[in-house]
Amino acid sequence: MMAGMNWPAVRAIYLFEMARFWRTALQSIVAPVVATSLYFVVFGAAIGSRVTAVDGVAYGAFIVPGLMMLSLLTQSIANASFGIYFPRFAGTIYEILSAPVSPVEIVFGYVGAAASKSILIGLIILATAALFVPLHIEHPVMMVVFLLLTAVTFSLFGFVIGLWADGFERLQLIPLLVVTPLTFLGGSFYAIDMLPPFWRTVSLFNPVVYLISGFRWSFFGKGDVSLAVSLGMTLLFLVVCLAAVTWIFKTGYRLKS
Amino acid sequence: MPPVISIAKLSKVYGTGHQALSEVDLEIRRGEIFALLGPNGAGKTTLINIVCGIVTASSGRILVDGHDIATDYRAARKAIGLVPQELTTDAFETVWATTSFTRGLFGLKPNPAHIERVLRDLSLWDKRDSRIMTLSGGMKRRVLIAKALSHEPRILFLDEPTAGVDVELRQDMWRLVRGLRDQGVTVILTTHYIEEAEEMADRVGVIAKGRIILVEEKVELMRKLGKKQLILQLQAPLSAVPEALTHHHLELAASGRELTYTYDTQAEGTGIANLLADFAAADIEVGDLSTRQSSLEDIFVDLVRTSA
Repeated sequence: MMAGMNWPAVRAIYLFEMARFWRTALQSIVAPVVATSLYFVVFGAAIGSRVTAVDGVAYGAFIVPGLMMLSLLTQSIANASFGIYFPRFAGTIYEILSAPVSPVEIVFGYVGAAASKSILIGLIILATAALFVPLHIEHPVMMVVFLLLTAVTFSLFGFVIGLWADGFERLQLIPLLVVTPLTFLGGSFYAIDMLPPFWRTVSLFNPVVYLISGFRWSFFGKGDVSLAVSLGMTLLFLVVCLAAVTWIFKTGYRLKS
Repeated sequence: MPPVISIAKLSKVYGTGHQALSEVDLEIRRGEIFALLGPNGAGKTTLINIVCGIVTASSGRILVDGHDIATDYRAARKAIGLVPQELTTDAFETVWATTSFTRGLFGLKPNPAHIERVLRDLSLWDKRDSRIMTLSGGMKRRVLIAKALSHEPRILFLDEPTAGVDVELRQDMWRLVRGLRDQGVTVILTTHYIEEAEEMADRVGVIAKGRIILVEEKVELMRKLGKKQLILQLQAPLSAVPEALTHHHLELAASGRELTYTYDTQAEGTGIANLLADFAAADIEVGDLSTRQSSLEDIFVDLVRTSA
């Protein structure tokens, strides 16, 4: 199957999307770095100095994985949803539809580019964080695995949103109303253990908890839930998103009349 | 030679229940310029969009160069270049980038020399580094053509190529289309400008309300359906058609200085000799004679009216 793939098309879509990223470097790179620095000033320096260490990890360092995840999720969704929504909005989608390109190649191009961008931003945030707090990553390989899995999964999720949306407002709806609250409540800034028992149970229904927990484990060797559960849940979201994308292409939903 | 595109029993009903195409059968010959004529909403764009893969057919079968567009879409689409009706462009991209992008989408390796040739042919070379949004409407149209030609298609679809286009671009486009045909490219254009079909096409198809009502060689069509008119300039103006000439069904025009006689070139006899004899008998002096052939436009209007 890989041999019959239209790789020049994947490359063309990927480079096209990345070109937009570099063209808008100010928004796409500088903005997340500034936002993260602000979090470190507020939570790390101002509040963090009054918070005791969590599980033996200084609070400033403790929030690094959560902050990276926060950016990774929002950036993946924003990049992928805009990437596919804009051609639909502008009408240039005709070209993708009339090209000898399979759904797999379209997804590789758009989702690959969106994931690349958010991984890049995640790494930039990590580098920014290293300026504020001493960092030590216990399981670098697993960190990369989580980084990749999360970026790809949420880029796929963003791609689905971009296909579903029929206006720029809709494009913002899910990220603002669902993803941001789930991320904040998913333990970006605290360990789930710090919550009262009732809210701890409620948190377990929040998928983002598993992502942040696994990611935090790769940094400090400790998480809210076990590594296997984190990894399992992350893979489950990936499969769900893949299934949604497959269904969309099979039915032509919102792409073809 | 097998047709380059063969469409069989193609129907399309949109989700809204609108039947855009009904059982369309059409074959496009290799290397020809085919004009699909029809009023707005006749189904021209739907037909093109189905062949190109943008719209899904409700039923029917389409082969492009022998490849089924549903089961063997890669091979089918590779052969086709599409210039859409709407000026949909990537506003923030440069002319060069967007043209190279299309080539990549169609699975071809970068070929700067080819892209340069296409851009030069379309007088876009000086604008290659300009962002598309800074270009005029006519220039954007050229960019869409450049994109379609970037992947060296063997079949080119031009959907309303000259709608709202200035004379210069129209002539450039016609020159380009002829050049492509000389290279063996099949060109299918939709239009509701009859003069375009008349000027360019080898064959003409007329579509109305989702049905192909006629496909014919242009020359044949004009010969078959074309009526001719004989215009007689009179030396002295007439106030009415004389009694002796009424059976010729003449029309008086130009303040009585012109008589028009309509005849059918395919008929047994044109009646011209009798007409002129009657003129001599009635002692009407004719200053000059000219003939006029009805245009494709007249034929088209007639056809669409009778099929409606």
